[in-house]
Amino acid sequence: MAANRKKSCLDEGTGYRVFSVFNTCLLVLILFLTAYPVYFVLIASISDPTKMVANYGLMWLPHFPLSLTSYRMVFRHSLLLSGFGNTLFIVIVGLAFNMVLTVLGAYLLSLKNSLLKKPIAYLILFTMYFSGGIVPGYLNIKSLHLMNTLWALILPGAISTYNMLIMRSAIGALPDALMEAAKLDGASHFQRILNVVVPLTGATSAVLMLYYAVGHWNAWFNASLYIQSPSRFPLQLVLRQVLILGEDSEMASGMDAGSEIAAATVIKYALIVISTVPIMLLYPFLQRFFVKGVMIGSVKG
Amino acid sequence: MSRHQKDGTQGIAVRLKKDWIENGGAYLLALAVLAYYLLFHYKPMVGAVIAFKDFSSSKGIWGSKWIGVRYFSEFFTSYYFLRLVKNTLVISLSSLIFAFPLPILFALLINEVKNDRFRKTVQTISYMPHFISMVVVCSMVRLFTDGNSFIVQILSFFGHNNLGGNLLNEKSMFVPIYVVSGIWQNLGWDCIIYIAALTSIDMQLYEAARVDGAGRFQQTLHITLPGILSTVVMLLILRIGNLMSVGHEKIILLYNERVYDTADVISSYVYRRGLVQGDWSFGTAIGLFNSVINFVLVISANALSNRLSGVGLW
Repeated sequence: MAANRKKSCLDEGTGYRVFSVFNTCLLVLILFLTAYPVYFVLIASISDPTKMVANYGLMWLPHFPLSLTSYRMVFRHSLLLSGFGNTLFIVIVGLAFNMVLTVLGAYLLSLKNSLLKKPIAYLILFTMYFSGGIVPGYLNIKSLHLMNTLWALILPGAISTYNMLIMRSAIGALPDALMEAAKLDGASHFQRILNVVVPLTGATSAVLMLYYAVGHWNAWFNASLYIQSPSRFPLQLVLRQVLILGEDSEMASGMDAGSEIAAATVIKYALIVISTVPIMLLYPFLQRFFVKGVMIGSVKG
Repeated sequence: MSRHQKDGTQGIAVRLKKDWIENGGAYLLALAVLAYYLLFHYKPMVGAVIAFKDFSSSKGIWGSKWIGVRYFSEFFTSYYFLRLVKNTLVISLSSLIFAFPLPILFALLINEVKNDRFRKTVQTISYMPHFISMVVVCSMVRLFTDGNSFIVQILSFFGHNNLGGNLLNEKSMFVPIYVVSGIWQNLGWDCIIYIAALTSIDMQLYEAARVDGAGRFQQTLHITLPGILSTVVMLLILRIGNLMSVGHEKIILLYNERVYDTADVISSYVYRRGLVQGDWSFGTAIGLFNSVINFVLVISANALSNRLSGVGLW
């Protein structure tokens, strides 16, 4: 196909060549607009704090002398490390729940001749389009005595119905003969899942694990409702306290007023960098899985 | 076939028993899944009856007094009702008008790039903001719209001189900021699905069109666009179905009381009234109203599209 493309551009006229140049310029501009804010945060975080406050405009290079004060202050924040720890716990334990339940549910929905499959499928699909709302959801967590526990952040999102449907399509696409053979060999449903479904849907599982993991990593809202003890805040909630609500007194304490204001701004840039770097480092390696996930999701099941 | 016929003549009890022997193991394995849906989806749905009750946590859901639709009529006649519906519609329609077509255009432009390496670079960099968390994106927006940041400097260079202090404190700026930051975060990501649709178009169609003397533009018009039409329609249905639901998370991270006039949407009001102020029943009533509207919108958008184009979600 790429060869086709290349051959076809040989016979294009001047009009198309003009378009190509214009197109390239436009795309470069879009790239710049996409990347510049990220670049700005990066150079602002290592700039000299007092100069950052004085001149806030477009910058191409950091304000010298470079300073890592902001990073030192960020790491002094006691909640940052516990936030990372809590998020890590939620991601790992959450993923275990997510994947086990998603596969079990998807397996049930992919049974070939089952009387209960249809009613159960309707029961599940309905929840994609209708919910009781956030207030009853909150009261539910309260009545289950999950308040102020990390379980309140893991259990309510244990299954994404959308992801389960993707998994069901993947199981449905396995050759019937395989399942039949396993059945004839006397394999129980559990053995069929463990020895046939799980090994053969690895690619889809990888995609879903990424989706779930990113969801856990980014979540903050439920934590803001359910978690009261700061030591149990996940990372994103810590970030919200400092970056959005401006509760950063702990980090800038012990400085005089002027440099405290200067420091407060630069701290925010440093915090953004530190909290986003883990994802950004993983991102180039994971990108193709995500892209694959979009493709899988777009197939109507 | 013969087995199927026999099943048809058997009583329901026999069929259930056979089904249990064949699939019982799978049902047992999925019990936790069922428990999850009952406990975390259906139980709150039942709990939403407090919209029709004067709920107090000491009396519990069933001990509280029935009051009928009082909270609904209170909401419909309140000053907030029109403002919230208007803001919700303005934000989702602005996103629809500006953020929906751009990924299609972007995908078409990327598709015209011949240099593989340049195309990959464009894609990789444009996906990147999608992986930055909502909290971080919103705090970047806050930093960039603050005081004398470069965005404010550029805007004042173009004549917006009356920008006092912070853009997020200005009523007229909230929707543009919301929409533009959304485009920044999702433009590249949203175009993946169109690029997938574009690459699945049969190359022979283009060959045939060239033989017939069609130029580049005509090829785009008559082959490329029809080729991605079903994808466009499907995503458009989804968007229309969600017209009345603007998520509360981004709103809550960006707004402040000075811009409630343009920024407060139904979901953020439910959050403030129901959860922050603890008006449980009132908040539930508004949320329920919104859920019902959303449900009806999704169902009708899908039915309409099924009738018009044969493309639907189910």
